[in-house]
Amino acid sequence: MYDSGKIIAGLVIFIGLFTSPFWYDLASGTALQTPDLVLPTKADQKQCVASLEFMRRDHMALLNDWRTQVVRDGITYYKSANGKEFEMRYTKTCLGCHTNTSQFCDQCHNYIGVTLYCLDCHNMPATQIQGPMAAKILNPNSEILNKLQIQN
Amino acid sequence: MNALFSLVAIIVIIAAAFLGASVPHLDFLFGVVFPYAAITVFLTGIVYRVIKWSTSPVPFHIPTVAGQQKSLPWIKDSPLESPHNTWGVVGRMALEILFFRSLFRNTKMEMKNGPKLVYGSSKYLWLGAIVFHWSMLIIVLRHLRLFMQPIPSFVLGLDSLDGFFQVGLPGLYITDVLILSALTFLILRRLTVRRIRYISLAADYFPLFLLFSIAATGVLMRYFFRIDLVNVKELAVGLFSFHPVVPQGTGVLFYVHLFLVCTLLVYFPFSKLMHMPGIFLSPTRNLANNSRMKRHVNPWNHPVRVHTYEEYEDEYREKMKEAGLPLDKE
Ligand code: HEM
Repeated sequence: MYDSGKIIAGLVIFIGLFTSPFWYDLASGTALQTPDLVLPTKADQKQCVASLEFMRRDHMALLNDWRTQVVRDGITYYKSANGKEFEMRYTKTCLGCHTNTSQFCDQCHNYIGVTLYCLDCHNMPATQIQGPMAAKILNPNSEILNKLQIQN
Repeated sequence: MNALFSLVAIIVIIAAAFLGASVPHLDFLFGVVFPYAAITVFLTGIVYRVIKWSTSPVPFHIPTVAGQQKSLPWIKDSPLESPHNTWGVVGRMALEILFFRSLFRNTKMEMKNGPKLVYGSSKYLWLGAIVFHWSMLIIVLRHLRLFMQPIPSFVLGLDSLDGFFQVGLPGLYITDVLILSALTFLILRRLTVRRIRYISLAADYFPLFLLFSIAATGVLMRYFFRIDLVNVKELAVGLFSFHPVVPQGTGVLFYVHLFLVCTLLVYFPFSKLMHMPGIFLSPTRNLANNSRMKRHVNPWNHPVRVHTYEEYEDEYREKMKEAGLPLDKE
């Protein structure tokens, strides 16, 4: 083997970089912690607007769709598969049951690294905000609050 | 024919993953066994080949340069194009690896207006290659959000940078558009330019098709037929921390994506994709152009029995003295 010092150093660096997720997860200690969701407990809040499987995969597309229907088409009610009607409003309908965003939405979003920027501009009724956004919005000096003059 | 062969191979691989991962209990095979096996083959294959390369000597000092060698102080040298020391070589290699500098110098030769031979610069291949490679690097780094827990902040930074335009939901990544466009261009180049098509082998089409299907299944999963990402992360982190779990209901498309990636990892050490470690071991790039300052000894050289002048003088001292010849030693 020629230049064995350089070859071995190079291989060690390469293997170290490629296997870094192994070292990282083995060392992290919290790697096996999965999202811990607090679900609504009331009997009439047991059925979401769509199936669990659909919501887990496609809730963001559903919300986007609701936005389009409400804002552009003026349709405000959504009929779910079992025939129940829901008002297409994130704050009222979604957060009506999932009242604490930090124990629900943020759990998975943080786990897979999804950063929402909706609330950077849009606001929610203050009583329904309990996630990390709460401090940002409820703070009386908050830029968002001043700009939008939320009344609640 | 070569393209068709590679296409059929890819279709068979995708079909195998589709069928296999839909069979109950086989998901353990596709989700755990194949990824571990693929990583093992990838790493041992690369180590084996690099070590094997390193056993071949470099008999000649052969840097291929594009600039003035360092010589007399009043002749201006080009330290990056024709490096004479290690730092120069590091700079030159960095330009080569990060920016594909020698491909940037690609030229084309054409016959114009009858017998007129025209040379010109040709940057399209460079552009396609650099866009593809950088997109792929950024995508793989962004994927660390699915592999590492907690997620390192640079991954999140990269993610928001790549999603800068905030188009759609889930947000469009710039690199997704770029990688698919670049791969389409690289495939079309082989298929449509007749000279290049003539020299293209199945081993040229297959990696392109494979990478395209990996990117395409990824894009399908994100924007069209979504899968359960929390499940994916549980599976990935389980693999990396040696606590493999296979959550149910992730979506078949994910297993197709993963199986294609496993195929890529296994294929890698046996294929032209070894240009990745190979670029570091190219004697035309990684040697300093210092042949006038330092003697390069061929490591192959058989130890030659030489007769030095001193020995010669010792042997003929008396005779040389008699003949009145000058001597180094009396
Ligand atoms: C050579 C390696 C890989 C390449 C080039 C690649 C490419 C891609 C691309 C282009 C996307 C589209 C969305 C995005 O850019 O993030 C994607 C998505 C995805 N990939 Fe990969 N991938 C690779 C390896 C993997 C591996 C090893 C896994 C899982 C263990 C994986 C899981 C996923 C998942 C779950 C998505 C969907 C992400 C989302 O919906 O946001 N990929 N991939």
